[in-house]
Amino acid sequence: MGWYVGRRLAQMVPVFLGATLLIYTMVFLLPGDPVKAMFGERPVNEAILERIRSEYNLDQPFIVQYGLYLKGVLTGDLGTSFSGRPVAEVVQQAYPVTVKLALMALVIEAVIGVVVGVFAGLRRGKLFDSTALVLSMALIAVPTFVMGFLLQLLLGVKLGWLPTTVGGNQSIKALLMPALVLASVSMAYVMRLTRTSVAENATADYVRTATAKGLGRRAVVRRHILRNSLIPVVTFLGADLGTLMGGAIVTEGIFNIPGVGNTVFQAITRGDGPTVVSMVTILVVVFIMSNLLVDLLYAALDPRIRLVR
Amino acid sequence: MSADTPKNKDQVPDAARPAPPVGSPPPPETEGREEAGVDGIGQVTPGMAEKQAEGAKAVGRAAVAKTETATEHFFADFDETELGDVDALDESVPPSSMWRDAWRKLRRQPLFTISALLIVLVLAVALFPGWFSQANMNACSLADSLKGPQAGHPLGFDKQGCDIYARVIHGARPSVLVGILTTLTVVVLGGAIGALAGYYGRWLDAVLSRLGDVFFAIPVVLAAIVFLQSMRDRAGVVGVVAVLAAFGWPQMARITRGAVLAIRDSDFVTAARALGVSRGKILWRHVMPNAASPMIVTATVSLGTYIVAEATLSFLGLGLPLTMRSWGWQIGDAKTYLREAPELLFWPASALAITVLAFIMLGDALRDALDPKARG
Repeated sequence: MGWYVGRRLAQMVPVFLGATLLIYTMVFLLPGDPVKAMFGERPVNEAILERIRSEYNLDQPFIVQYGLYLKGVLTGDLGTSFSGRPVAEVVQQAYPVTVKLALMALVIEAVIGVVVGVFAGLRRGKLFDSTALVLSMALIAVPTFVMGFLLQLLLGVKLGWLPTTVGGNQSIKALLMPALVLASVSMAYVMRLTRTSVAENATADYVRTATAKGLGRRAVVRRHILRNSLIPVVTFLGADLGTLMGGAIVTEGIFNIPGVGNTVFQAITRGDGPTVVSMVTILVVVFIMSNLLVDLLYAALDPRIRLVR
Repeated sequence: MSADTPKNKDQVPDAARPAPPVGSPPPPETEGREEAGVDGIGQVTPGMAEKQAEGAKAVGRAAVAKTETATEHFFADFDETELGDVDALDESVPPSSMWRDAWRKLRRQPLFTISALLIVLVLAVALFPGWFSQANMNACSLADSLKGPQAGHPLGFDKQGCDIYARVIHGARPSVLVGILTTLTVVVLGGAIGALAGYYGRWLDAVLSRLGDVFFAIPVVLAAIVFLQSMRDRAGVVGVVAVLAAFGWPQMARITRGAVLAIRDSDFVTAARALGVSRGKILWRHVMPNAASPMIVTATVSLGTYIVAEATLSFLGLGLPLTMRSWGWQIGDAKTYLREAPELLFWPASALAITVLAFIMLGDALRDALDPKARG
C-alpha cells in the first residue's frame, strides 16, 4: 500500500508539471499582449508598460517566467492578478461556492442515479429498464446549457418554485437548480453504471447461494447485490468530483454563480493570465488527487483488487 | 448436410491437385457452399475465380470428381481433408466472423435501426441542405421579426426576421463537420499513441501514458476556451477541431492501450512472431483488428460528445466563425429572447439533441453487438 501510494505520488509529479506548463503556455505564449490589453483603447506610456511587465515577470524569458510561477505555487504564493488583487483571495472567494455546488450535484447524481440504476438493473429488459435507459441517453444528449435554460424556464419562470439565478444568495435552495443541471449528464452515467453492475451481479453464484440458504429478496439485494455493485459506482463518483468542479463553467455562467468556472471564464476574457493559471492549477491538483483517492478507495472496497508495487 | 469438400482448400487451383481418387456419392448442391467460398474474410484467390468461371455446378473438387467417375467409395486426400472437415458441419450457414455476428445482432436491434436512420438523415441534411430548404437563411427582414409559421416558412422567424427552419437545416453541416473531423483525428492520434504504448510497453508506455495524463487533467472545454480566446477569429474549423482533439485523444489512447495489452500476449500473436513476422506488421495486421471494436464504440459515442463540445464553445461565442452558424451559435443567439420566444431555442436545441442522441444510441447498439461481456 505504502509503496503503491509512493509510486503514484511520484507519477503525479510529471503530470502536475506537464499540465501547469501546458496551461501556462496556452495563457502566456499564445498571441496577444495582456499588458497592453489592460489599458484598452487608452494611449499608454511605454515606460509604464515596461514596469508592469517586470512586475509580473513578463520581461523574462518564457521558461524563467514559468519557473518563477512554479516556485510561487510551491511556496504557497499564487501571485497577483492583473487587477492587482492577490489570486489567493480570488481563490478563497470562488472555491467554496463551487465546492458546495459540486458536492450538491454529487449527492443528487448519486441518489437518483443509484436508485434508478438498481431498479433498472433488477428488472433488466422490462419496461422500467428500457424507459430509464432511453431517458439516460436523452440526458447525455441534451447539452448542459440547454438543460439549464429549460429548467430556468420551467422551474424558475413558469412554476416559480426556485430562484432563476444565484448571484449573491448562495443558499442551498438557490443552488438546487444549478446543481441539478450540473449533475444531469453524470447522473445518466451513474445510472447506467449501476444498472450494468447490478444486472451482472444479480446472476452471480454468491447471490444464488444467498437465495438458496433462505435469505429474503430484500436482504439479498441489500446485503449482497448492492454492496458489490456499488464498488465501481463509488469510484466513478469520486473521480467525478474533479470533473464537476472543472466542468461547471457553463452552468455557473447561466445561473450567474460567482464560482471557479465563472471567475476563470471572466479572467480568460479579460486576459488576466495569473488568475487563469492559478485557478486551473488548483483544478488540476483536485483532479489528480481525487483520481488517486479513487484508486485507493477501489482497493479498500474490493478485496479482490491488490495494488501492485 | 455433409461436408465432403474441405472448404478451406477450395482455393487451390484444380490443376495443382492430385488426381481425385475414386469419386464420392454426388454431394448435394447448396447455395450455402458458394457463399462459404466468398465469405466474410473477403479473400478472393485465383482458384476461386477460375472455379466461378467454370460455372455454378463446379462447387468443389469432389463435385468435379463425381462427373468423371461413379464408384461407390470416397477416399479423402490425406493432405487436404482435416479431421474437422469430416465431421458434419452445417454448411448452409456461412462461417461466422465477429463482424458478421455483430451485423446479425445489430440488424435485429430497434435501437440500431432508429439511430442509423437518424444518422443517415442528419448526414443528408449536412451534405445537401438544399434538398431540405430552399429558403435563404441570410435573407432576413426585420419586418418578419418573431412572426409565426407561414407558407414556405414552417417554423416561423427569429428576432432578426430570419427563417428558423432554414437556419436549423444549415446549422447541421458545421456541427457534424466538427464532430466527424475531431473524431477522426482522435481515432488516428489516440489510437496510434495507445497502440504504441500498449504494444511496446516499458519506457515508451510510461512516457506516453504520462503525456496522456497531462492532457487528461485539464478539462477539455476550459482548455478550448483559453485557446480559442487567444486565437480569436483566426481559429476556424481547424482550430476548434485541433483543440478538441488535442485534449480528447487521451481517452481513446487509454481504451486502445487496454485493448492492445489484452491481446498482445495471445497465442496467435506469439505464433506470428515465431513465424518471423515483423513487430510493426504484427501490430497492424494481427493486434489492431482485434482492438478495433472498443475503439469503434468509443469513437461513435464521443462523436456525439464532440458535437456537444462544439455547440458549447459556439454558444459561448468562441467556437466556429460567424459565417458558420452552428446549432450552438443559434442556441446562444436564442437565449437572449428566452422569455419572449422560447421556441427560438427549442428548434436548434432539438436538432442538436436528436443528432447527439442518434450517435449515442448507435454507440450503445454497437457495444451490445461487439462486446461479448456486455451482452445480456
